[in-house]
Amino acid sequence: MPALVEQPGYAHERLCALTERVPCRETQASTLLALLGEPGHYSYPSIFIYGHRASGKSHVTESILQELELPHAIVSCVECVSAGLLFEQTLVAFFGPEAPSLLPRSSSLSDFVRIYKQLCAQTPACQTRYIVLDRAERLRDMEANLLPGLLRLQELVDDNVTVILLTEIVWDKFRPNTGCLEPLLLHFPDYSKAELQEILVRDYHPAYSPDLYGSFVSILLGVFYSVCRDLRELKHLAALNFSKFCEPLEREEVKESETHKLWRNIEPHLKKAMQTVYLREVSSVQWEQQQQQMEDREAGTLKGLSAYAHVELPYYSKFLLIAAYLASFNPARTDRRFFLKHHGKIKKTNFLKKHEKTSNHLLGPKPFPLDRLLAIFYSVVDSRVAPTASIFSQISSLVTLQLLTQVGHDDQLDAPKYKCAVALDFIQAVSRTVSFDIVKYLYDFL
Amino acid sequence: MATSSVSKGCFVFKPSSKKRKKNSDVDYFIEGSDDGEMARIRVNICQRLWDMTKSETEMLQDELNKKILDSLLEFIKKCASSFQSQMNDWASLMRASEIPTAALVLGVNVPDHDMTFQSLSVLLQQSVTPFVVSVQAKECTALKHLMQKVLERLIGVDVAVDDDDEDGGQRSAPVHQKRVHCSLSSLCDWYSSVTKKYETSPGKKRTSMAKDMISKPPIVIIFKDLEAFNPRVLQDFIVICSRYIQKLPLMFIFGIATSPSTIQHMLPHSVSSLLCIELFQSLSCTQHLATVVDKLVLNTEFPFKLSGKVLQVLVSIFLYHDFSVRNFIKGLQLALVEHFHSQPLSVLCCPKKEALDHAQKLSHQEVERIRQLPSFMRYVENQEPQKQVELLTNDGCVKEVCKILMKALRKYHKNYYPILRCLHTLTSSLPKYPLGKQIREIHISCLEKNVWETEEYDSAMQLLKLMAKDELVALLQKCVVILSSSKSKKMKAALGQLQNYLAKFDQLDTLSAEEVMQEAVSPEKDLQKKTDLFQLQKTLLERKETRRTKKMTPFEVLRNQILEFVDSLVRAHLVPPESQPLNEVCYYGSSGVLRRHLNATPRTSIQTALSHPYYYLQHEGLKTDSGTFSNAAPDICIVHKLHLECGRLINLFDWLEAYSTVVSAAEGKDPDSSDYGKVDELKHARFIQAVSELEFLGFVKSTKMKTDHVARLTWGGC
Repeated sequence: MPALVEQPGYAHERLCALTERVPCRETQASTLLALLGEPGHYSYPSIFIYGHRASGKSHVTESILQELELPHAIVSCVECVSAGLLFEQTLVAFFGPEAPSLLPRSSSLSDFVRIYKQLCAQTPACQTRYIVLDRAERLRDMEANLLPGLLRLQELVDDNVTVILLTEIVWDKFRPNTGCLEPLLLHFPDYSKAELQEILVRDYHPAYSPDLYGSFVSILLGVFYSVCRDLRELKHLAALNFSKFCEPLEREEVKESETHKLWRNIEPHLKKAMQTVYLREVSSVQWEQQQQQMEDREAGTLKGLSAYAHVELPYYSKFLLIAAYLASFNPARTDRRFFLKHHGKIKKTNFLKKHEKTSNHLLGPKPFPLDRLLAIFYSVVDSRVAPTASIFSQISSLVTLQLLTQVGHDDQLDAPKYKCAVALDFIQAVSRTVSFDIVKYLYDFL
Repeated sequence: MATSSVSKGCFVFKPSSKKRKKNSDVDYFIEGSDDGEMARIRVNICQRLWDMTKSETEMLQDELNKKILDSLLEFIKKCASSFQSQMNDWASLMRASEIPTAALVLGVNVPDHDMTFQSLSVLLQQSVTPFVVSVQAKECTALKHLMQKVLERLIGVDVAVDDDDEDGGQRSAPVHQKRVHCSLSSLCDWYSSVTKKYETSPGKKRTSMAKDMISKPPIVIIFKDLEAFNPRVLQDFIVICSRYIQKLPLMFIFGIATSPSTIQHMLPHSVSSLLCIELFQSLSCTQHLATVVDKLVLNTEFPFKLSGKVLQVLVSIFLYHDFSVRNFIKGLQLALVEHFHSQPLSVLCCPKKEALDHAQKLSHQEVERIRQLPSFMRYVENQEPQKQVELLTNDGCVKEVCKILMKALRKYHKNYYPILRCLHTLTSSLPKYPLGKQIREIHISCLEKNVWETEEYDSAMQLLKLMAKDELVALLQKCVVILSSSKSKKMKAALGQLQNYLAKFDQLDTLSAEEVMQEAVSPEKDLQKKTDLFQLQKTLLERKETRRTKKMTPFEVLRNQILEFVDSLVRAHLVPPESQPLNEVCYYGSSGVLRRHLNATPRTSIQTALSHPYYYLQHEGLKTDSGTFSNAAPDICIVHKLHLECGRLINLFDWLEAYSTVVSAAEGKDPDSSDYGKVDELKHARFIQAVSELEFLGFVKSTKMKTDHVARLTWGGC
């Protein structure tokens, strides 16, 4: 058991409760607490905490602030569609619900600083105030002055305030070119397997012994640890699969101590879960239903979402898509060879420039103009097609279906360019339905 | 028009509403014809038929959507009740709270989805929750807008609803709030206040909602076109929503046009793990079309019919272009309106009694029109000379005959459809579908020609002759069901005969045992005798012959009989409607008009406008013989005509000269005068304008290859 989180200036019971709340993160918690200092002290203006998903960043920060009853504002930056919302939420947390009415509409950082100062003069801080910005990477997309401003907010508002940034990415990706106050960096490493085990076992099922649950968790981690270290996901998976684990016990075929038999029972099941419910191919509700049904009859497999890849398209849309695929993956110079009747023999090797010799499928789709698309379309489609308005509207509906993408800005009316956004498998399936051998027309497969 | 502005600029003048008195449909119909009274009747009939079609299609739509909507509703109710119960057992505490999401796969025609979503949200509002919002991609380009739309529709709509019972004092509050924060937390506040109101408010309000509505109804957000959404916006929105899922019972419905795997393309695992996605797949649109055709086109009750070509046009637009059932029905509507507008005799195209009534009231002019109908003329030719004279001179006689013929036409239809369905059931399961998989294919070929003369029919019959007994009996039994629903006499007779044949099949079972016994004795004549080569050959040949002819089992005999019977039915009843007198009254056949309207060809229209200006301008001066060209045509037409004579590069000066000559001739100047064909400023300006118009239309473009030249962008000359 690691040492208690300790910091002078706080009651011992509070710290004990805090230690209880942050299992396996005691070191990080005590470092952070040391950085924050005693409640009345001025703290460092900004602290930058980073670490992977579900590594306890928000949890530790929130626990400290809540358990020790420090004045704080927790703001999720995803939610803040504008900087104004961020300011509003901060002011509400510090100065009560009436505060934001002072902010002008579409307020800027300087408005915020002004109002903050105004309010702060009325109710000066006796403890350090904390602004926690979750998912701070979104700050980079907002106004350019926001991040540097927030980093030295203490200085700007002349108040005892500390900004804590929480994010999944490293500080190097944040640093603005114009320079700014460097925050203190604090890294939260991933939980180790043992730590995950410890944390997961804390939530054991009340009807079963912690030991049994512990053995279940270790089996679970054995399967999932290599693909997923997200605590939240693991907890979810544990909840979904525990009933299956207990099945033999319920039927009283196996005793709790016979872990090997239990393992043999659950392991294939968990493997299946990894391919389906973990990837959200099958929803968790369906997964549970399936488990219940399995008790009745063994058969009945659910098809995952990606099993339904088939798309029904109108006849000409199919050919338009095929033409788009050909235009995207064949060099324009080869069109003569594929679509002209008397093209003569063109050898692949000496016909092409050097850079065209690498596989076009490795390079990805290339943009092509509308004219080329239509020219190829008219030559691949087997009957004569009038250039009607609906042919053109089909192109734009393919764009809305995300099967084609328009390159450049979409208000370019004159000679728009497109890219084909479907995979080879998909286009092969489509061309099979119209009995068109697409591989014969692809330069890469010549 | 004058403005009070002193500055130069563009001004928009909206026509005053009085002037824009819209012509009603009736006026439009009457304008085109010379008999106002009849036109009015036609409009009425047309309107009635369309209303009938519309209600029929709506019913059909509801029926088809019922299954998927019901299961969706079930899902949402289940989720809502699980929100409700707030399970406190271990598993639900441990589980990550996911947002319940229904992925609704609806097929590639996005505009068609509107109707489904409409009925879905109505259904939801009636039975599950008043809080249903639908959003479209085009109004949510940024997260801010998406959020705003959701809040606006939820809070705004509810405010509007509450107006009725509450005084104005409370109204402004939520509106004001909405303006201040556009975030989910304000939605949260709103939701808790609203649900509290539901809980505390006395029974009056709750009864006005559905009775089974739960106290904390979920908030359903419908994303109508998932593919078109910006993935980033969607991801952010889902992440935000998942933060509030504990407080707000949110639920999503994704409208997907392509395939469910788009969800995985759009959302990374970190986001999709916040959702609990369940899949709902709707009927494919081809099946949908088949039902619509079955109900609307192959319907005896519906007097208006489509000819084969028109149906072909509509179906091919559907299959080749848009997969849109809505457009198909619109096409049907257009055909209906066109028929009643262009065919004065369509006054007879209505239910039986009315038609007979109208036939009695036909004016002399219309009787003349009947006489001119090709089908009627054919009918007259087949009559005796005396009758012929009478038909051509006596209006009353024509009216009488007309009534008889209308009745005959109805009878023809009554027999046609059951037999068509029978033929379809018999042939639709044959290998390679010689007569088509869908009933509309057989229908079209029957409409166009005598179906029994086609090769496909022959091969279908050949295949039927190879069919095993139990298969054939099963098909025939289906035919019996079809025929028994028909009321016409001939169909009843056919039904009787068919049942006889089926009874014979049953008897066959008992008979066949004995037959086999007999047969076992007869073969194996002596071949053991020593014979010469010639004789051997002879016997072998004989045997082959006998095998071919003799080996007919009773079943085969019966099968052939039945198929002959079916064939006779087909020959009797599936004659193309063109052979029926007065078919023009009911059948709409101008597929060209329909195609022009529904499947416009912009390039062809431009080409026509440029090369035959008379076609659009309808000015007498422009009317020319084919091949020649009026020199009074608009400038752009002249310039276009001249540019057709050039090669790939066009010398602008030569072009101008030629243009000026043509225009001078049009002005009627003396060809010998000195300034004939001279380029003056006006002509120059007109020429430049015409050329730039051509450039705008994409016929020429400027080029740097040669000075004072433009490049042609089209091929071919005149």
